[in-house]
Amino acid sequence: MRLAHQFALESDFITGDAVEATEFPHLAQRYEVRAVPRTIVNETGAIEGALPEAQFLEAVLNAARKKD
Amino acid sequence: MAILNERDRQELQAQLKILTGPVKLVNFTQELACQYCRETEQLLREVKELSDKISLEVYNFQLDKEKVAEYRVDKIPATVVEGSKDYGIRFYGIPLGYEFVPFLEAVKDISRGDTDLAPETRAALAEVREPVHLQVFTTPT
Repeated sequence: MRLAHQFALESDFITGDAVEATEFPHLAQRYEVRAVPRTIVNETGAIEGALPEAQFLEAVLNAARKKD
Repeated sequence: MAILNERDRQELQAQLKILTGPVKLVNFTQELACQYCRETEQLLREVKELSDKISLEVYNFQLDKEKVAEYRVDKIPATVVEGSKDYGIRFYGIPLGYEFVPFLEAVKDISRGDTDLAPETRAALAEVREPVHLQVFTTPT
Protein backbone atom coordinates (compact mmCIF):
# COMPACT_ATOMS: atom_id res chain seq x y z
CA MET A 1 0.00 0.00 0.00
CA ARG A 2 2.65 2.43 1.02
CA LEU A 3 4.67 1.87 -2.15
CA ALA A 4 1.73 2.82 -4.37
CA HIS A 5 1.37 6.08 -2.47
CA GLN A 6 5.12 6.72 -2.56
CA PHE A 7 5.08 6.17 -6.32
CA ALA A 8 2.24 8.69 -6.58
CA LEU A 9 4.17 11.18 -4.48
CA GLU A 10 7.22 10.73 -6.65
CA SER A 11 5.55 10.94 -10.08
CA ASP A 12 2.99 13.44 -11.36
CA PHE A 13 1.68 10.74 -13.71
CA ILE A 14 0.94 8.15 -11.04
CA THR A 15 -2.11 8.13 -8.78
CA GLY A 16 -2.54 5.70 -5.89
CA ASP A 17 -5.85 4.65 -4.34
CA ALA A 18 -6.20 2.48 -1.26
CA VAL A 19 -9.54 0.72 -1.59
CA GLU A 20 -11.10 -1.08 1.34
CA ALA A 21 -12.40 -4.22 -0.36
CA THR A 22 -15.19 -5.07 2.08
CA GLU A 23 -16.72 -1.59 1.78
CA PHE A 24 -16.72 -1.76 -2.02
CA PRO A 25 -17.70 -5.36 -2.77
CA HIS A 26 -18.77 -4.54 -6.35
CA LEU A 27 -15.24 -3.35 -7.11
CA ALA A 28 -13.67 -6.31 -5.33
CA GLN A 29 -15.82 -8.51 -7.55
CA ARG A 30 -15.09 -6.58 -10.74
CA TYR A 31 -11.33 -6.77 -10.15
CA GLU A 32 -11.46 -10.36 -8.92
CA VAL A 33 -10.02 -9.62 -5.50
CA ARG A 34 -9.75 -12.97 -3.72
CA ALA A 35 -6.76 -12.16 -1.53
CA VAL A 36 -5.26 -8.87 -0.40
CA PRO A 37 -3.37 -6.82 -1.14
CA ARG A 38 -4.21 -6.93 -4.84
CA THR A 39 -3.11 -3.98 -6.97
CA ILE A 40 -4.94 -3.10 -10.15
CA VAL A 41 -2.89 -1.16 -12.68
CA ASN A 42 -4.84 0.96 -15.20
CA GLU A 43 -7.94 -1.21 -14.90
CA THR A 44 -6.41 -4.23 -16.61
CA GLY A 45 -3.15 -5.27 -14.96
CA ALA A 46 -3.03 -6.98 -11.57
CA ILE A 47 -0.31 -7.53 -9.00
CA GLU A 48 -0.84 -10.12 -6.28
CA GLY A 49 0.46 -9.64 -2.77
CA ALA A 50 2.88 -7.21 -1.21
CA LEU A 51 6.12 -7.11 -3.19
CA PRO A 52 9.50 -5.59 -2.34
CA GLU A 53 10.13 -2.18 -3.90
CA ALA A 54 12.14 -3.26 -6.95
CA GLN A 55 9.70 -6.05 -7.90
CA PHE A 56 6.68 -3.84 -7.34
CA LEU A 57 8.20 -1.18 -9.59
CA GLU A 58 8.89 -3.71 -12.33
CA ALA A 59 5.39 -5.19 -12.04
CA VAL A 60 3.76 -1.74 -12.21
CA LEU A 61 5.81 -0.67 -15.23
CA ASN A 62 5.17 -3.97 -17.03
CA ALA A 63 1.45 -3.82 -16.36
CA ALA A 64 1.28 -0.18 -17.47
CA ARG A 65 3.05 -0.98 -20.74
CA LYS A 66 0.67 -3.83 -21.52
CA LYS A 67 -2.35 -1.58 -21.86
CA ASP A 68 -1.06 -0.24 -25.18
CA MET B 1 -17.68 7.96 21.45
CA ALA B 2 -14.13 8.58 20.28
CA ILE B 3 -12.57 6.19 17.77
CA LEU B 4 -9.02 6.66 19.04
CA ASN B 5 -8.51 5.83 22.69
CA GLU B 6 -6.30 7.92 24.95
CA ARG B 7 -3.27 5.72 24.47
CA ASP B 8 -3.62 5.78 20.63
CA ARG B 9 -4.01 9.52 20.81
CA GLN B 10 -0.85 10.04 22.82
CA GLU B 11 1.20 7.69 20.66
CA LEU B 12 -0.03 9.34 17.47
CA GLN B 13 0.56 12.80 18.80
CA ALA B 14 4.17 11.82 19.51
CA GLN B 15 4.57 10.36 16.01
CA LEU B 16 3.07 13.41 14.35
CA LYS B 17 5.56 15.73 16.04
CA ILE B 18 7.94 15.06 13.14
CA LEU B 19 5.61 16.73 10.64
CA THR B 20 7.27 19.70 9.04
CA GLY B 21 5.07 20.80 6.13
CA PRO B 22 1.30 21.20 6.10
CA VAL B 23 -0.94 18.26 5.28
CA LYS B 24 -4.52 18.74 4.13
CA LEU B 25 -7.04 15.95 4.54
CA VAL B 26 -10.01 16.30 2.20
CA ASN B 27 -12.94 14.11 3.13
CA PHE B 28 -15.94 13.33 0.92
CA THR B 29 -18.94 12.04 2.77
CA GLN B 30 -22.72 11.85 2.90
CA GLU B 31 -25.29 11.30 5.62
CA LEU B 32 -27.20 8.35 4.28
CA ALA B 33 -26.45 5.09 2.52
CA CYS B 34 -22.77 5.10 3.43
CA GLN B 35 -21.82 2.65 6.14
CA TYR B 36 -18.50 4.15 7.23
CA CYS B 37 -18.83 7.81 6.21
CA ARG B 38 -19.63 9.10 9.66
CA GLU B 39 -16.83 7.13 11.34
CA THR B 40 -14.33 8.20 8.69
CA GLU B 41 -15.13 11.86 9.21
CA GLN B 42 -14.89 11.42 12.96
CA LEU B 43 -11.55 9.61 12.70
CA LEU B 44 -10.14 12.40 10.52
CA ARG B 45 -11.37 15.04 12.96
CA GLU B 46 -9.64 13.20 15.79
CA VAL B 47 -6.38 12.90 13.80
CA LYS B 48 -6.51 16.59 12.85
CA GLU B 49 -6.64 17.53 16.52
CA LEU B 50 -3.30 15.84 17.12
CA SER B 51 -1.14 18.14 15.01
CA ASP B 52 -1.32 21.79 14.05
CA LYS B 53 0.22 20.84 10.69
CA ILE B 54 -2.91 18.93 9.73
CA SER B 55 -6.02 20.60 8.36
CA LEU B 56 -9.29 19.04 7.32
CA GLU B 57 -11.91 19.95 4.74
CA VAL B 58 -15.15 17.99 4.57
CA TYR B 59 -17.38 17.98 1.49
CA ASN B 60 -20.70 16.41 0.72
CA PHE B 61 -20.36 13.89 -2.10
CA GLN B 62 -23.83 14.66 -3.44
CA LEU B 63 -23.87 18.44 -3.08
CA ASP B 64 -20.29 19.67 -3.53
CA LYS B 65 -20.04 18.62 -7.15
CA GLU B 66 -17.28 21.07 -8.04
CA LYS B 67 -14.98 19.60 -5.39
CA VAL B 68 -15.92 16.05 -6.36
CA ALA B 69 -14.89 16.86 -9.93
CA GLU B 70 -11.75 18.74 -8.86
CA TYR B 71 -10.53 15.82 -6.77
CA ARG B 72 -11.91 13.18 -9.15
CA VAL B 73 -13.37 11.03 -6.38
CA ASP B 74 -15.92 8.45 -7.48
CA LYS B 75 -16.96 6.70 -4.28
CA ILE B 76 -17.27 7.37 -0.56
CA PRO B 77 -16.02 7.61 2.09
CA ALA B 78 -13.05 9.15 0.29
CA THR B 79 -10.04 10.79 1.90
CA VAL B 80 -7.53 12.77 -0.13
CA VAL B 81 -4.19 13.36 1.58
CA GLU B 82 -2.46 16.35 0.02
CA GLY B 83 0.49 18.57 0.78
CA SER B 84 1.88 21.48 -1.17
CA LYS B 85 -0.11 19.96 -4.05
CA ASP B 86 -2.47 17.05 -4.76
CA TYR B 87 -0.18 14.09 -5.38
CA GLY B 88 -3.03 11.78 -6.36
CA ILE B 89 -3.18 9.89 -3.07
CA ARG B 90 -6.60 8.61 -2.02
CA PHE B 91 -8.10 6.35 0.62
CA TYR B 92 -11.49 4.87 -0.18
CA GLY B 93 -13.17 3.39 2.88
CA ILE B 94 -12.31 4.11 6.47
CA PRO B 95 -8.50 4.21 6.92
CA LEU B 96 -8.50 2.08 10.04
CA GLY B 97 -7.12 -1.37 10.84
CA TYR B 98 -4.71 -2.53 8.15
CA GLU B 99 -5.00 0.82 6.39
CA PHE B 100 -4.21 3.03 9.35
CA VAL B 101 -0.43 2.61 9.17
CA PRO B 102 -0.29 3.38 5.41
CA PHE B 103 -2.53 6.37 6.10
CA LEU B 104 -0.14 7.63 8.75
CA GLU B 105 2.87 6.99 6.52
CA ALA B 106 1.20 8.93 3.70
CA VAL B 107 0.62 11.86 6.06
CA LYS B 108 4.29 11.81 7.12
CA ASP B 109 5.68 11.42 3.57
CA ILE B 110 3.45 14.17 2.23
CA SER B 111 4.38 16.49 5.07
CA ARG B 112 8.04 16.27 4.14
CA GLY B 113 7.25 16.05 0.40
CA ASP B 114 9.66 13.18 -0.03
CA THR B 115 9.87 9.38 0.10
CA ASP B 116 12.38 6.71 1.14
CA LEU B 117 12.43 5.16 -2.33
CA ALA B 118 15.76 3.96 -3.74
CA PRO B 119 17.53 6.20 -6.28
CA GLU B 120 16.97 3.54 -9.01
CA THR B 121 13.25 3.53 -8.29
CA ARG B 122 13.07 7.33 -8.44
CA ALA B 123 14.98 7.33 -11.72
CA ALA B 124 12.60 4.76 -13.23
CA LEU B 125 9.54 6.67 -12.01
CA ALA B 126 10.91 9.88 -13.52
CA GLU B 127 10.69 8.16 -16.91
CA VAL B 128 6.95 7.54 -16.60
CA ARG B 129 5.15 9.82 -19.05
CA GLU B 130 1.72 8.19 -19.28
CA PRO B 131 -0.94 8.17 -16.57
CA VAL B 132 -0.73 5.12 -14.30
CA HIS B 133 -3.62 4.48 -11.93
CA LEU B 134 -2.92 2.11 -9.05
CA GLN B 135 -5.78 0.73 -6.99
CA VAL B 136 -4.60 -1.29 -4.02
CA PHE B 137 -7.32 -3.45 -2.48
CA THR B 138 -6.98 -4.20 1.20
CA THR B 139 -9.17 -5.41 4.06
CA PRO B 140 -9.45 -3.99 7.58
CA THR B 141 -7.79 -6.98 9.27
